[in-house]
This record gives sequence, structure tokens and C-alpha cells, in this order.
Amino acid sequence: MKKKKQNQIIVPECGPRRFYGQGIPRVNLEELVGKLIVVEGADGSGRSTQIARLVDWLETCGHATVQVGLKRSSLVSEELERAQEGNILSRTTLSLFYATDFADQLENIILPALKAGFIVLADRYVYTLMARDMVRGMDEAWLKNLYGIAPVPDAVFYLEVEAEELVQRNLSKNATLDYWESGMDLGLSRDMFDSFLQYQTAMQAAFRDLQKTYGFNIVDGNRSVDAVTHELRKKIDDVLATK
Amino acid sequence: MLAANGMKTFAERNFPGRLIAVEGLDGSGKSTQIYLLKRWLEAEGMRVYFSEWNSSELVKSATSKGKKRELLSPTTFSLIHATDFADRYERHLLPLLRAGYLVLCDRYIFTAFGRDTVRGCPPEWVRGIYNFATLPDLTFFFKADLEVSLKRILDGRPKLKFFEAGMDLRLSADPYESFRIFQGRILEQYLAMSTEFNFIVIDANQRVEAQQGIVRQLVSQRIDLSRFKRQSPLPLPPPLKVKPKPVEPEEEPLE
Repeated sequence: MKKKKQNQIIVPECGPRRFYGQGIPRVNLEELVGKLIVVEGADGSGRSTQIARLVDWLETCGHATVQVGLKRSSLVSEELERAQEGNILSRTTLSLFYATDFADQLENIILPALKAGFIVLADRYVYTLMARDMVRGMDEAWLKNLYGIAPVPDAVFYLEVEAEELVQRNLSKNATLDYWESGMDLGLSRDMFDSFLQYQTAMQAAFRDLQKTYGFNIVDGNRSVDAVTHELRKKIDDVLATK
Repeated sequence: MLAANGMKTFAERNFPGRLIAVEGLDGSGKSTQIYLLKRWLEAEGMRVYFSEWNSSELVKSATSKGKKRELLSPTTFSLIHATDFADRYERHLLPLLRAGYLVLCDRYIFTAFGRDTVRGCPPEWVRGIYNFATLPDLTFFFKADLEVSLKRILDGRPKLKFFEAGMDLRLSADPYESFRIFQGRILEQYLAMSTEFNFIVIDANQRVEAQQGIVRQLVSQRIDLSRFKRQSPLPLPPPLKVKPKPVEPEEEPLE
């Protein structure tokens, strides 16, 4: 690896880009010269903290950044919120609703930013959507086809934190456990605490499963914030330096 | 005969109910025909239910917002309609079919296959998304000459909506011309699907009564209607209520 001089700004090279599947009609992949970096993990895994730190660091290094997340599209985010509150949609419908939200952000934020040469930091990506649905018994092949619209990121980090530790972090932050993050819709247990542990353990297994196919980095998120940042920076440095 | 990609019909899946779908271009007269079929089946005392494309209440708000603001790309257009269909399918059609109803659908998944493909979505992707759906037991395709369908729609010089006219495809700056080209391409897609999905092709250039005669005859031949006689004194289910959510002003005409 090249030694970085003070004040020298690294211009990332553009490697080959592809979609996971059929992709989006009429998109020229060669134009997507930016970098797409994904951070995955449960609530309380340190995702947001790490992304904020990475943004700081990358911008200081001279890179332009854009952040995206789930359920933030202007098209359907309100409706998704309402649907979740009432918990009235069946699983295929909810799954497609999330896919619509993702596609809208993909086309309106991620792809334009990549074209403009930005580093896009995604606070969760298709893997969370797939893992949630897999835990709910949806067909994996169906999900793979659906999310074949997603471009393959340049780096994916899954912050893995023990379910017991997640409970502690969530309670310390909010004093409650979130209904969906506890998987209460699955009826695993009427006890929210038990349900949370079971659900998060199942989600980790689903992520481990997906890792075999998609080969992302599993990062031990049980460590200190600094230790995790250090590892992420090191790996992103490599991504920016290599094709 | 087993249809494409191993998809099965409700009869093949041993549902007590049966689903009859009509497909065709706007202006082909399919909605008139399925309405007349429904009136007949009701009069015969059958457990019958009619369902329209694009009518699920929750998704409706997002769809109309996207359409009004012209926010939809081919991909999100496809996904939002798939979401709408899934909602209607899982919460509404499936329970009725499990309960032994004859369900009549004005448009089914083939509408999505045709439109989305014309918009440039990969056909395999679209079909993959809809493969949770069971195939209709009978699909009537109303095949009118393109000019006849166009004339029926365009004679009234309606305010064609942006997506309805396929304006997002930039086929022409003139909505009427765009609509013509768009409908022509959808017709090609229908014809290509016709054999694969066992469409019953009805010549929609004939008189209304002639077509309805054929439809009723085929329905009574292919479906054992005696099994659908109503035994219960309960009334037939009402149409789905779509809660109006008047947030935005009425759609502006295109011109």
C-alpha cells in the first residue's frame, strides 16, 4: 500500500461495478464512479455512531459523502410508518413496500451520488431487509430476485453484537425495547425481553447465512467504539486505495 | 396443462374457490364483460366476488402520491403495484378463495407483466416478484384491433394521465401519440403471453352480447358452478372500502 503524505488527497480508483441481479433499467454502470460503503447491524450495534465518525474522517480526508438509510424515501416512507404502526400488512406486502422504499432511494439518491463521485454511506442495505424477511419465513430465492436491483457495494460491514449486549445498550439508550426490533410480530414469546433475545439471535443467524453468499465483513461490535472505528477505517482505506 | 415456470392455478392448488381474470387493453371492453358475468353469477345465486386492479387502501395513498408527483421510475412503478397487488392478494383474495368464492378480477398479474416489461423492467425480474401469486383458473383476453381500442378511449378526448399515457417512456411529447405507441407495445406483450398462460382469446370486435354469450358458456363448461351455489343466508361481501385521503388537489390535466 502507498504511504499517504500529509495533505495528499487520495483519488479512489473506480473498479468494475455490477448489480446483484437484473439491476435497474437504463443505468450505465461505468458511470458510477463513487464508492458505496454499507454498515449493517441491529439497533444498538453502534451503526449510527460509526457512520458519523466515518463521515467526519472521510470528509476531513477530502471525500464528499452522502448518507442513506432504510425507510427514508419521499415516495413511501410515511405510508410504511403508518402500516407499521397498525401492523396490518401481510409479510409479502410489507416486504415489497420496503423494496419500493429502497428502490426509490437507490434511484434518487444512491445512483446519482455514485455518478457524481461521492462516497455513499448506507446505514443498512438490502441484507437487513433480506434477513428480516428470511427470519419471517420468506423464500430466499424470491428475495434474491427482488433485490437483484441493488448494486454490489464496495464494502459491507456487519457490526455483530451479542443479543444480551444489545438489550443492555437499547435499554440504556431508550429505557424500552422496540416492537419490531424485538420481533414481536412473530409471536416468539409474549415476553418482550425473551422475544428480543430470540429474534436478535435469529437475525444473527440469518446474517451469517447471507454472509456465505455475499461475503461481507463481520465486525466484532462488542468491542469499544474506538476499536471498531479503527478496524473500519483500516478496511475502508484499503477499499479506497485499490481497484 | 401446467403453465409457465411451474406456476399453478387455484384448482391445481386444491383451493375450493376459483378465480376468473379478464385482461386486455384499455377500451377493449373487458370491464363491461366481467361486470355482466358478475351480474349473471349473482342472479344464479353464486358465491361471487369482484375485485379490481390497483385498489388496496393502504398502498393507494403512496401510489397516487407517486403518480401525481411523477416520482415513479419503471422500477418503483413496478414495485408499488406489486405491493398493492400483494396486499389485496394476501388479505382479500386468498381468504375468499379459501372460503370457496368465485373471484372475478378485472386485470391480474399479466397486466403487470405487460406494462412493466414495456417500461423496460427485465421480464424475469417482474415474473419472479409475482411468483407468490397463484394463476387464474380462467383468463379471458379481450382482443380488439388496436385502432378500435384506441378509438373507444380517445374519442372522448379524455384527460390522459401521465403514466396511463406512458409519458414516462418519452415516446412522444404528445400524450395521445404516446398513448397509441404505449398501448401498441402492451398489445404485443399480451399476444406473446397468450399461449404461455393459456389465455382464452375473445374477439372483442364483436357485439357486447355475442361476447358475453361466449364468456358465460365457457365459464359454465369449465367450472362446476353447482359447487358455488350459496347455501348461507348471509349477504355477499361488499366491495373493498377505499378510504379517501384528500391531501393533495385534484390531478391537473396534461395539456
